[in-house]
Amino acid sequence: MSNLSRRKLIVTGLATAAGAGGLGSAALLAKKYGLVPPDHGGVFGLGETLTYASQRLLTSHSLAREFSPSQISRPPFANEMAPLPDAFKQLQAGRFADWRLSVDGLVDRPASFSLAQLKSYPSRSHITMIQCEEGWSYIAEWTGVPLHHVLDAVGVQPHAKYVVYFSFDSNWWDSMDMADAAHPQTFLAYGMNGGDLPVGNGGPLRMRLPRQLGYKNVKFITHLTVTDSLKRFGKGLGSASPEAGYSWYAGI
Amino acid sequence: MARLESAQASLAASAPTSVSSFPSAAVPVRHSLLVRVTHWITTLCFLALLVTGAEILISHPRFYWGETGNVQTQPLFKLPIPSSRALVPSGYGYVLPDQNGWSRYLHFQSAWIVVLTGLLYVLSFFFTGHLRKNLLPAKPERSFRAFATTCADHLRLKRPPAEEAWSYNLLQRLAYLFVIFVLFPLVIWTGLAMSPSFVSAFPFTVNVLGGQQSARTLHFFVSVALLLFFLVHVAMLFFAGFASRMRAMITGRPSAHMERP
Repeated sequence: MSNLSRRKLIVTGLATAAGAGGLGSAALLAKKYGLVPPDHGGVFGLGETLTYASQRLLTSHSLAREFSPSQISRPPFANEMAPLPDAFKQLQAGRFADWRLSVDGLVDRPASFSLAQLKSYPSRSHITMIQCEEGWSYIAEWTGVPLHHVLDAVGVQPHAKYVVYFSFDSNWWDSMDMADAAHPQTFLAYGMNGGDLPVGNGGPLRMRLPRQLGYKNVKFITHLTVTDSLKRFGKGLGSASPEAGYSWYAGI
Repeated sequence: MARLESAQASLAASAPTSVSSFPSAAVPVRHSLLVRVTHWITTLCFLALLVTGAEILISHPRFYWGETGNVQTQPLFKLPIPSSRALVPSGYGYVLPDQNGWSRYLHFQSAWIVVLTGLLYVLSFFFTGHLRKNLLPAKPERSFRAFATTCADHLRLKRPPAEEAWSYNLLQRLAYLFVIFVLFPLVIWTGLAMSPSFVSAFPFTVNVLGGQQSARTLHFFVSVALLLFFLVHVAMLFFAGFASRMRAMITGRPSAHMERP
């Protein structure tokens, strides 16, 4: 009996040590290869890290499903929205001619773009689904300039890791990693279903990442900052979402 | 670990004289340590998934078939419950508090833990023979007659004989096999099929279900089936003898003094 329990003790001890060592080296490797999300702290850090790390290993280059024109939801759905400030309404009255998108941070040539300048770049469209974390969804054709085109124009420095994006509504800001920023379907969208992007759907300029949930697709984009660390932004959790209790990575 | 336990069990079975000297070790093990640990981790995760799933559900208690659905489209059906979003026409004059943030974090964390635990449990079949010994119906039970008898016994609410404290009956085995090999895989699949990023890499997982909203609706139905299993499982626990069954799943032994019949 004592022999058995000694053996048990040794086996359990060795297994625990191997497990702890394995976890430790996995954590180091995950950090080195950018597989740890900014909201990895706290009790839900394990699940978030497993999700983000496995998504990055499996889906970095995969394309969101695209649909046929007959599958476009009509009429397009616009979610409820907080009332817009007067400053926004003034820009809207001027048909957003004075809307600016500024880009700074780890870039060679910080710049500010008008909508007309963004529209002069080659435009791309995709018919994709936008899914809300609540459970509803719709399909629309989104038109815009791929984010990587804008980033190429300003010259992103090699040690950049994230693109932080800010809304006209200062309560909303978010960030994405370079895999999503370089993804061909990630747009600064200014058009929808053949026309201008309606204000109710985030017009004049919305960040569109079809592989992540609706709340990651921030409306009314005015400012991008390229960075190698998210610690300086807000509470350092990567976006306004974790500060409100929602996960930073929204690809699930 | 499980091997050691079963080694102890067979040792005890072959040497009944040791009962008086080592009572705790002499009573054979009903559930191996691996079965007990995975059972309770699964129980905790299931309850967490159930509560958080319900929390997420009330933010949009409407179900659709196909790719898309929202408050402008005709639902397949809607649940007659209030919602945690003002946008949803629930028919109630109030809006429930939003609990989606932590519910989603906990839902996915519990899903990870239960999937890894389930994987360990299924992989252990190859080493312990648990599937062959305890889950697949024994040879004499593989008949319609045996199935009809066990169904009739259940319907008559016949109390299980004492030896059933030591093995699963036929209906129990079939229910467990269904949960392990049908409901759990389905609930994982329909869950992953709702992830926009996962389906970008594996689009067939959602396309064969008929669309993202179909996956969500099926996820709900499979969850209801799992909840029904859970309720019957707990009811049967009380019916068969709460103390002995609970004790067996915690300590491994139905009773300190019970000998295997």
